[in-house]
Amino acid sequence: MIEVRQLVRQVGNQRILDQLSFDVKEGEIVGIIGPNGAGKSTLLGTLSGVIRADEGQVKLRGRLVSDYGRRELARWVAVLQQGGLAPAAFTVRQVVEMGRFPFQNWLGDETTDSGAVIERALEVMQLKELANRQLHQLSGGERQRVALAKVMAQEPKLILLDEPTTYLDIGYQMQLLDAVRDWQRREGLTVIAVLHDLNLASQYCNRLIVLQRGGLAAAGSPQDVLTPELLREVYGAAAVVLPHPLTGSPQLLLNPGQPNSNEKGGT
Amino acid sequence: MLLLGASALVSLSIGSAGFPLAKVWGILVHQLPFMDQSAVEWTKLEEAVIVQVRLSRVLLAMLVGACLALAGAGFQGVLRNPLADPYTLGVASGSSIGAAFLILFGLQHVIGLWSVPIVAFSTGLLTMFAVFWLARSQGAMGIETLILSGVVVQAFLSAFVSYMVSLSQGVVNEVLFWLMGSLSKRNWGHVQLLLPFVIVGVPILVAYARHLNLLVMGERHAAHLGMRVERTKVTVLVVSTLLTAAAVSVSGVVGFVGLVVPHIIRLLVGPDYRLIVPLSAVGGAIYVLWADTLARTITSPKEIQLGIVTAFIGAPFFAYLLKRRKTGMREETGHD
Repeated sequence: MIEVRQLVRQVGNQRILDQLSFDVKEGEIVGIIGPNGAGKSTLLGTLSGVIRADEGQVKLRGRLVSDYGRRELARWVAVLQQGGLAPAAFTVRQVVEMGRFPFQNWLGDETTDSGAVIERALEVMQLKELANRQLHQLSGGERQRVALAKVMAQEPKLILLDEPTTYLDIGYQMQLLDAVRDWQRREGLTVIAVLHDLNLASQYCNRLIVLQRGGLAAAGSPQDVLTPELLREVYGAAAVVLPHPLTGSPQLLLNPGQPNSNEKGGT
Repeated sequence: MLLLGASALVSLSIGSAGFPLAKVWGILVHQLPFMDQSAVEWTKLEEAVIVQVRLSRVLLAMLVGACLALAGAGFQGVLRNPLADPYTLGVASGSSIGAAFLILFGLQHVIGLWSVPIVAFSTGLLTMFAVFWLARSQGAMGIETLILSGVVVQAFLSAFVSYMVSLSQGVVNEVLFWLMGSLSKRNWGHVQLLLPFVIVGVPILVAYARHLNLLVMGERHAAHLGMRVERTKVTVLVVSTLLTAAAVSVSGVVGFVGLVVPHIIRLLVGPDYRLIVPLSAVGGAIYVLWADTLARTITSPKEIQLGIVTAFIGAPFFAYLLKRRKTGMREETGHD
C-alpha cells in the first residue's frame, strides 16, 4: 500500500530524512520508533502530504503522494495529531462533523448523507452523552477521543498517528490504542503510528520501523527489533527485555545508573 | 434581517426635519415602478429629502457596516486572533492613506471610476504586510505583538494623512473625515461604488466559512482534512482587505465595527463561522446604521463624526475583551 523510496528531506544543511526506504502492506499496524530528532514526525508529514520531500518518492497505492489533490488524499488518509484538539468552543458533534470536510462541495453539501457515519463515530468512541458539550469543557483524554471520532468520520483507509498518547494518563493511552486497534480490525485499515512508549509499541504493532538520524536503523517484528543491543545502539539506554507474561510481546525494563558502554547513542 | 429593515425605516424618519413613519413608508413604496402615482400627500421637497439624502445615506451606512464587520470576521478567522479587526490591524488607516491622497489632490479618476478603491486596497494590503512583518519574530506571531504593531503603524499613517490634508489646504473637517470617518455629504454614487464589493465579498467569505471553522482547530489539522491552508488564508485576507478599502474610500476610517460586531454575533450564536459570517454582515449594517443615525441627530443640526460614535462604543468593548482574555481564557493559548 505504501512504498517509500530513497526519501530525503533537508532543512538547511541538515538531513532530517536520509535515503529512507521501506514498505507498508495493507492491513498492517506499523510502529515508527526512534529517539527525539530522528525524523519520525517529518516522515509522517511526508506520508500525509503536508511536508514535501526533497528527493526520493512516497507512493500510496502505486501513485505518488504529490500527484494526489489535497482533498482526494484526505478522503482516505487521516491523521491523529499529537496533543489532541485545541479547547475551542465548538461542540463535540461539530468537531466530528469536520471530519467530513474532504467529502463536501463548496456549499458544504455531500452527495450521500453522512449522518449515520457521524452517529456511529460518536457511538464507538462513547461520546453520545457528550455530543452537545463544548470542547473546552472536556478533559484532555475526552478531547483525544473526540479527535479519534473525527478521524473515524473521515472514513480513511490509512491512519497516521503522531504520538497520539502524549499528555495522556496510562488509562487513556490504553483506551485510545484499543479503540484504534478495534477499528483497524473491523475495517481492515492500515495504521502507521509514531509512538514514544516502546512497551506500547511492542504490544500494539505488527511491525516496528526504527529511525536513527533520518535513516533506517532496523525494521521487523517487535521480537526481532526490541533487543538490548538495539536499545543501547539507538537510544543509548541500558535495558533488560522480557516477554510480557500474558501476551508474550517483548517489554523492556530500564537499568538505571548503568554506565553507557556505547557512545554512538542518540541524543 | 427584519431588525435591519425596521431599523432602516425608523432611521429614515429621524433627522433634523422629522417625518412620521407612515409618510416615509409611503414615499418609499411610491418609488417602486409598479405602484400607481395617485394620492401624493407630501411635497416634492420632502420626497427629495427622503430619497436623495436620507435613503442613500441609510443604505451607505448599512453597506459600510456590512463591509467592516465582514472584514473583521475574516481577519479574526484567519489570524485566529479575537482582537483583529480592520482598525486595530492598521489596514483601515492604510487604505485611508491611498484614498485620501487621491481625493485631496484631485486624482480620483486617474485610472477610471475605481481609482479610489483600487489605490485604497493597494495601500491597505501593503499596510497589512508591514504590520505582519513587524509582528513576526522567528516565524511566530503573538496576539499582543500583532495588535501593538497595528497601533504603531496606525499612529504613523494617521499622522501622515493629517499631514497630507494640511498640505492640500483642506479644512479641519476633512482631517476629521479621514481620521474619524463620516457619512455626511455622500450620495447615490457612493452607494453604487460600495455595493459591488458587498455583493462579491459576502458569497466568497460565506463559502470560506467552513474553512475558517477548520482553522480554529489549527492549521495542521485543517491541512490534514484536505484544506489548502495557504490559499484559504490569502483569499480571506485579500477579500477582507478589499472590503475594508472599499468602505474606507467612501466613509473614512470608522473604527471598531469589525471588532465589536463579530464578537457580539459569536456570543449569540457560538463559534460556527457559517453563522458568524453572514450574521456579521447583517449585524454590522444595523450597528453602523444606528451609529450614523446617532452621529447625525445627537447634536443636530451639527453632525459629529461617525468614528467618534463607534469608538465610544467600541473602545470600552475592546478593553473588556482584552481583560477577559487575560483572566478567563488563558488555557486557550496553551495549545496550538
